[in-house]
Amino acid sequence: MTPVVQVADLRKEYAMGSDRVYALRGVELTVEPSEFLAVMGPSGSGKSTFMHVVGLLDAPSAGSYRFEGGEVSHLSSDARADIRGRRLGFVFQAYNLLPRTSALENVELPMVYAGVPEEDRRRIALAKLEMVGVAQLAQHHPNQMSGGQQQRVAIARSLVNDPGLILADEPTGALDTKSSQEIMRLFARLNENQGITVMLVTHEPDVAAYARRIVTFRDGRITGDAPNDRQAA
Amino acid sequence: MTLTATLRLALAALIRNKTRSVLTMLGIVIGVAAVIVTVAIGVGARTSVAQSINSLGSNLIVIQPGSVTQTGARTGFGGASTLTPDDGLAIAKLSGVAAVSPTVSVRTQVVAGENNWQTIVNGVAPTYTFIRSWPVESGRFFSENEVAGAAKVAVLGQTVAGELFPNGDSPVGQTVIVKGAPFTVIGTLAPLGQSGLGQDQDDTVLIPYTSAMERLTGLTTVSTLMVSAASAGQIDSVTQDATQLLEQRHRIVPPQTDDFQVRDLQAIAQTAAQTGTVMELLLAGVAAVSLIVGGIGIMNIMLVSVTERTREIGLRMAVGARAASILRQFLAESIVLSTIGGLIGVLCGAVGTIAVAALTHWPTSIPPQWILASVAFSAMVGIFFGYYPARQAAQLSPIEALRFE
Repeated sequence: MTPVVQVADLRKEYAMGSDRVYALRGVELTVEPSEFLAVMGPSGSGKSTFMHVVGLLDAPSAGSYRFEGGEVSHLSSDARADIRGRRLGFVFQAYNLLPRTSALENVELPMVYAGVPEEDRRRIALAKLEMVGVAQLAQHHPNQMSGGQQQRVAIARSLVNDPGLILADEPTGALDTKSSQEIMRLFARLNENQGITVMLVTHEPDVAAYARRIVTFRDGRITGDAPNDRQAA
Repeated sequence: MTLTATLRLALAALIRNKTRSVLTMLGIVIGVAAVIVTVAIGVGARTSVAQSINSLGSNLIVIQPGSVTQTGARTGFGGASTLTPDDGLAIAKLSGVAAVSPTVSVRTQVVAGENNWQTIVNGVAPTYTFIRSWPVESGRFFSENEVAGAAKVAVLGQTVAGELFPNGDSPVGQTVIVKGAPFTVIGTLAPLGQSGLGQDQDDTVLIPYTSAMERLTGLTTVSTLMVSAASAGQIDSVTQDATQLLEQRHRIVPPQTDDFQVRDLQAIAQTAAQTGTVMELLLAGVAAVSLIVGGIGIMNIMLVSVTERTREIGLRMAVGARAASILRQFLAESIVLSTIGGLIGVLCGAVGTIAVAALTHWPTSIPPQWILASVAFSAMVGIFFGYYPARQAAQLSPIEALRFE
């Protein structure tokens, strides 16, 4: 099977004032379909930069990145936007739902840009809200929902275009312990039952424990890559 | 994304911020409304001036005596007494002339029984009613025979009739005394209203010009020759021919200046029209300035909106929006904002115009091209002032935008 993510000697450097920052110094990683991967590491280890490059929000300075078999390291920003909209799903720490907009419309948003016909959008969005267990909140606005509920809506949004990879950046960072556990169980269930590939970025071992493979970053390089034998449930 | 989808998205975003959207529109609304009201009043005033100039008589040419120099002092136009009824008869024979009426004007007191009134007594020919398009309301006008015989007959304007016969009795058949001479009233004129210069045109008494010369002025000359050209196209040729003819008849050779002056109302009407055009340009300038101020308001709010919604922009980019989609979205918002503002402005302007017309009884009319122009200009203001903020939004890097606090 074609790997979802295949990076080789991936480098990213940028100027910060007069200094050059080497955020990624030759990263090698392959992610197969249906993997549930946690990326760990302290702040400044390069894990966030790595996620931005993998999520096609940023282009690497050098190296190769094949996403679902195609080389994407030199794509234009428009081409990257198209892949983000159609093949990638994002879940952020701050949920990033549009304010004063219903859960349903929030979930429909990626389909608006992907050009999905209107009559299909509503149906798909409702199905995904159902899948993450908040169908009853379809007409609620974000300020009428708890943090856990908002994050579920955000997860539904990341699922609507049936992406090849979901990138979750500290998805539980703003949640209490109970909600965190529920959200992580949801990710585990989606991965287990639907075979959805998930790449999770976190610095909390408790959260990483839900993944089946843990990759550790330090100083812009991968220093650890091991299966998680004791997956939490 | 389709155009309708973009517009719907823009509308939804504006509805999400109702108060702010309405306040932002206000600049455009007030600008457009002010333009519509001033234009409506301006155009209405111009139309009424044009109407009253036309009411003086279509294709009218007025010939007045020129100035003369008497012992070194030059009198103004009309100071000379050079025009005679025979000049009028000669001009009447020119081709392209429909009618000629000599006019002798005297301001004097008119008495009827116990009532008296100072008015302008005009000695005219029977063609006068045709030249001025001024119909007789009751009774009849005097005939050529009565002119030839210098008959003592008079036709009263509405104002004079009302002042001299306040009981509502018909003046026809009654007698009025003009400068000691009794005149029989044979008719009254239809009301004509104010002239373009604000004069009450109905404040007059018409008598045969021969009677006026004989009994009022004692002169063999007349004050004015009123000439009506057969058509608007012949005004210029009649003006030239009449000038030549009078120069011959008055034996004027080049070094001498004409002792008369020929003017046509078309020229006066043109001057009025030019004044109107200048007014309209001025209004267009005011419109542009007020709409530009409104546009700056829109740009200001759009810039605030882009900053405020940086995270939203980041998210939209993350879920697949291209830079162009973001640009279109914000541009659409400012265009929708300014166009709706323009439409509301037209509506407010129309209501304001109706209110002004009702309160002041000024004639008003809103030309449709101004409505179109205001709305189109509003939309252009939206594009112009919305582009910079929209570009700022589109040029954001998705990572920076997502991280924005």
